[in-house]
Parts: sequence; C-alpha cells; structure tokens
Amino acid sequence: MRIDVMKTYKLFINGSFPRSESGRVYEVKDSKGKFLANPCLGSRKDLRESVVAARTAHHGWASATAFNRGQILYRVAEIMQGRIDQFIAEIIAQEGASPTSAKTQVQSAIDTWVWYAGWCDKIDSISGSTNPVSGPYYNFSIPESLGVVAIFADAKPSLLNLVASLAPIIASGNTAILIANEKSPLCAITLAECISTSDVPAGVVNVLTGKFDQFVSWAGSHMDIDGIDATGVSKNDLTELKELGAENLKRIYSFNELQTTKRMTNFMEVKTVWHPIGI
Amino acid sequence: MNKFEYAPAPESAALVDIKSQYGLFINGKFIAPKAGKTFTTINPATEEVLAKIAYAELADVNLAVTAARNAFTKVWSKMPPAERGKYLFRIARILQERSREFAVLETLDNGKPIRETRDTDIPLAAAHFFYHAGWADKLSYAGHGANPKPYGVAAQIIPWNFPMLMLAWKIAPALATGNTVVLKPAETTPLTALLFAEVCQQAGLPAGVVNIITGDGATGSHLVSHPDVDKVAFTGSTGVGKAIAKAIAGTKKSATLELGGKGANIVFEDAAIDEAVEGIVSGIFFNQGHVCCAGSRLLIQENVQDEVLEKLKNRMNLIRIGNPMDKNTDLGAINSAAQLSRIKDLVDSGEIEGAMRWSPNCTLPSSGFWYAPTIFTGVSQSHRIAREEIFGPVLSVLTFRTPQEAIDKANNTPFGLSAGVWSDKGSRILWTAKRLRAGVIWANTFNKFDPASPFGGYKESGWGREGGRHGLSGYLKGQY
Repeated sequence: MRIDVMKTYKLFINGSFPRSESGRVYEVKDSKGKFLANPCLGSRKDLRESVVAARTAHHGWASATAFNRGQILYRVAEIMQGRIDQFIAEIIAQEGASPTSAKTQVQSAIDTWVWYAGWCDKIDSISGSTNPVSGPYYNFSIPESLGVVAIFADAKPSLLNLVASLAPIIASGNTAILIANEKSPLCAITLAECISTSDVPAGVVNVLTGKFDQFVSWAGSHMDIDGIDATGVSKNDLTELKELGAENLKRIYSFNELQTTKRMTNFMEVKTVWHPIGI
Repeated sequence: MNKFEYAPAPESAALVDIKSQYGLFINGKFIAPKAGKTFTTINPATEEVLAKIAYAELADVNLAVTAARNAFTKVWSKMPPAERGKYLFRIARILQERSREFAVLETLDNGKPIRETRDTDIPLAAAHFFYHAGWADKLSYAGHGANPKPYGVAAQIIPWNFPMLMLAWKIAPALATGNTVVLKPAETTPLTALLFAEVCQQAGLPAGVVNIITGDGATGSHLVSHPDVDKVAFTGSTGVGKAIAKAIAGTKKSATLELGGKGANIVFEDAAIDEAVEGIVSGIFFNQGHVCCAGSRLLIQENVQDEVLEKLKNRMNLIRIGNPMDKNTDLGAINSAAQLSRIKDLVDSGEIEGAMRWSPNCTLPSSGFWYAPTIFTGVSQSHRIAREEIFGPVLSVLTFRTPQEAIDKANNTPFGLSAGVWSDKGSRILWTAKRLRAGVIWANTFNKFDPASPFGGYKESGWGREGGRHGLSGYLKGQY
C-alpha cells in the first residue's frame, strides 16, 4: 500500500509560492465534510506585497507587444490542457460538482483563455479611433491598461469564473491580484501553478487565498489598486467596497457575461493624442 | 520705439436682456421655487449684481426629477431616434443664431474675455449639439451593442469655468442617447444655462426633457441622492467627485466624473521654442487658468530653461489683463472672491516653501476679482504649488535632464487629466505620449477641444470620457 503525497496550497506572489506572512491557514472540506487542504489565510501584508509586485510588473507587461501577450495567454491554455484531470478532481471536491459538469467547466475555462488570447492584438483596433476634429490636427484615441486590478471571483463555477475575470484583465495589459473565493481556493492555486510555467512574467498575476470580507476592506482602501472586478462580491460588501474605493476613485465593476469585450475595456483608459498637421 | 497700444474695443452689454429675477426651469416652464428663496449672481469683473436667481431646495429638486421621469417615460423614450436628433439639430442652430448674445452673457456672468466666449465657448457648445444630434439615430453603430439603451433620468452638475460649454458636454450626449436631464449650473454662473432654457422652448423641446435648477452644493447633493435618478454626471473638484462616488456606492446609479488636474507641459530641448512659449501661455493663462486640464506644471529640459523662461517672461509682459468685454483682452476676471482667495493662499504657500515668484508689471482694475499672470521658478515636487490644483493663472516651473525624468515627474501626481509635449522629433513625442498617464495629450499644441475628441482623465481625474464615440458610453446602460 502506498500513501499519497498531499499538496501544500500556498499563495502566489511575484512569481513565487510563499506561505502567508500571517503564518495562519484555514481548513477547507469537501461537500461530504472530508478534509481537503489547509490553504493560507492571506493577510493585509500579503495583499500589500502583491500590489507592489503587480505595480512593478505593470510597465513591462503593458509594453510587451500585444502579439507576445497573446502567445503567453494561449500558453496558459496549453498548460492547463495538460492538467485537466487535476482541475476536474479539485472542482468535484470543492464544489461537489458531477464529473461531467466539472469536465465541461475546465474545458470552458481553457477555451476562455483561448478567446481572450486572440483579443490581445485586436482590442485596440476595436475600441480605439481616429477622430475627425475641426482643425488641422491629427487626433487619435487608444485604450491603455488601467494598471493594477484586484479580482474577487465567484464561488461557483470556481475555475471558470477565475479565468473569465483574470484572462481579460491581463489580456489588456493590466496586472492582477486574484483573490480566490474562500469556499473554493484549490483550483485557484493550481491555476497559479499553470501560470507560473507559462512565461507569464513574475508579478503579472498574484493569487491570494483567505477571508473574502477581509480582503474587501483591505483592497477597497488600498491607494495603489486602480480597479476591482467585484463580480464575486456580495451586495452588502459591494457597497463597502465602493465607498472605500471612492477615496482614489477605483474603477469597480461586476460582470454577467463570461466572454465580453467590456471585461477588457472597463479596465482600460482611453488616451487621446493631438498633433498639428503642417509643413 | 513707442509701445504699440490697442484702442479699447468693447463689446456691448446691451446685446443681452438680463431679467431682474429668474425662476427654475421645470417641465418646460419657469416657476418660482417653493420656499421662495433666492440668491444673486454678480459680474466678477465689476461686482455688480446681475440678477436674482431662484434657490432650489429638496421640494424643487423632487419636482424637477419627477418632470424628467415623466418626460422620459411618456415622451422621450417613445420618440423615434431620428426625431430626437432633430431637436438637437434645432438647438445647435438656435445657439449659432444667438451666439453673440450667449457670448456676451457668459462674459458678464463669468468674467472670462469676450474673445474666448465668442471664439471658443459658444461655437464649441453649438458644435457639441450638432455633433451629438447626428448620433441619436446611429447608436447601434457606436460599438455599444446592437440596441443600446439609455439610463433614464440623468442628474448633471456643472462647474463655473466653462458654463455653456460644460452644459453642452452634459446635455447633448444625454439627450442624443435618449436620457432626460436635470441640470444644475454652478452657483456663480447660472445665467447662460437659464438662457439655454429659452432655447429649449424655442426649439419646441418636449416639456421635462431638460430641466434646469439653480442653487448651491446642497441643491446638487439633493439631486445626486434623489432615488429616482439613474445616472449622475459631474464636472468639478476631485473632493466633491469622491463624495459623489461615496454617496452613490450602495445604489444602482452610474456616474461619470470629470475632476481636477495638474497637467504637465513638457518642453524638450529640441522644441520650437517660440511655438512652445505660445503653448505654455495658452496652457496656463487661457480662461485665467480656470481650466481642469491646464498645463499648470511646466517641465523644461534643463539646458533650454534660460531661453524658455526669458521668452516666456517677454511674452507674459504682452498679456492684456482687464475689462473682459474688451475684444483685445487676454486675461479676464477671476470668477469669484472665494476662488481669488484660494489662489492667493496657494501662491503664499509657494513663497513660504521657497519657490521664486514673478509677475509682469500690470495694473489691475480697482473693482472686481483679479490676479496677475504669475510664474514660480525653483519649484520642487513637494511644494503645494506643484501638487495641488491652483485653478488660476499661476504656473509652476520645474526642470528635468533626461526624458525618463520628465516622465517620472509628470506622472508623479494622483491626477491624470492632461499633458503637453513639445519636441521636433516624432519618435520622441510618441515615446513620451505613450508613457504619460493622462487622458488627453497635446503634442506641439495645448488646450484644444472638439466634440469628436474624447476628453477625460486617468486616476483621480475622474471616470469616463466626454465627447466622441467614447463619450456615448457614459449615457448607455451596461457600458460601465
């Protein structure tokens, strides 16, 4: 008889897998009450370190060519394809999903990466413009990434929601702090393992686990977070998040559709440039 | 050689008929405020009282929002988009017809030079209506889905620096996309908005589609927190913008905010210096510096600093300050006593913190609110005059050695509305424009505006854009 090797689920910050600075964990059980793992109880300091990593990584990621970003996003899909069984097992365990629906979910998540990978070098053409101003000026508007975006993902379907939030945010050149839903953290960490082996530069994606309501107040009041995907935040927490976020006018949005250009453009800023025409 | 003097060329104030008292424009009619309270609006260049203005309280705000809701449900949302557009075309045309009257009234109430209201504010306001009129029946082509929907009732609050232009930036896209409006002009500059109400009557715009209520911050606050308002659009200070964002946090209201700025105007060593100096002057002294996107931080490459400053000072000696109604005037009156004292306070802080202040010798009129064009040299990034929006004719000059240093200094602010770049090298301009974290970049020009060109800021300069295709999304459901 062989004893299985159990996995330690850690955080993902700046390309490394540290334990929480707090030294604390919480217990996750499956739908039948069986112990699954002790993921980290992420702290405010873990969030701050993630923001520093994401801010530092932003310029490089935003200035990478769109074609390059597209290939890297596609690479995440390739790596996930190879880990499909692991994701299915985790989804069955943490969501109580049937094997068929778990499989469909993982496949959709992979296809969502592919969908957004293809957008990297097209979104500017779709949402930018040249503007016919009344004068001898060349005038154009281009969308640019907002900066550092925090993501609160929905609990179910866990992996698909994570990917539907994360992929568009990094496709458009932002860097991200993904806060895994406390009820379903396992596949978030496995996703981080795929990202860490997909040529995504360190700091572009950071993954934290812990208590959602704590992260709402920490992320809402952090002055160096530019935007928040609040799709997984409850109605009450959303009010608090928006009140706190008003202090630096964070862009805070929730989404219904999984595949929509709004998930990219809402976390982009339109820049308009004027130049005279003349000889 | 004798200095060439300009003979006075005053525009006639008799072109406008200012009533002694104005009511609130609600449901197509001017009505008295329920509590009967009024306040006065003055000419900031003379301190003369121009008119008594109705003060709207909660009961009046309720009435206006109800009128807008009824107009939305019963008339405006049912009207074919092409017909809606025709009303905007009518408004644009009437504004053009009455542009001289509007320009005079704006100058009297605001204090800005007639040359600016005549050549910029009013023509651009009319152009804004003309531009958006054409969008009304073409929204499905705007990239916001096949069948984009308006929010309903838009609450709009505008500032005193460009009263008519800001009104146009707010009302034109709101109506074109099918919303109805309750607009509150600034306390110190309500007159052109009230004249605009007459234009709505002349255009036959259905009652309640546009409502104009006058008052102060408390009036605005009632309007923003009214439960039947669907969308809030605000232009003004970052402080008030944040308060609005907090106030609507737990609601379904959507907001666009155009807030403060501290724009960097970067002059590289290879710039055409004479042109750059003209751009610096228009960047900070246009509209007395009461411009959220003003180029209020001048960043000069160190090796051309002396030349730029010498030419800038020579040019500033030629600025004509005085009677805003004179067509030769470059710099008019500061809009209010409160704004003048804020400018003085920040200028004092600049001197206390060690920057060097310079102004040309100029005589200021004895009545009214005035401030001489001013520059500060030796400014460091920690000085208040380098960090806070002064909103007056005061320029802070900093220097840099490398392009990267210029970018770092330019972006070192919580604001991100505008920036300028002066260089003769195309690749350097694009390199710089790409790195500046600001919504509008003027390269080898400054302070240019157009209805087709989106305007709005990064970071704490606000949410959303106004103008162009991008500006429509602020008034269409589900776009933010």
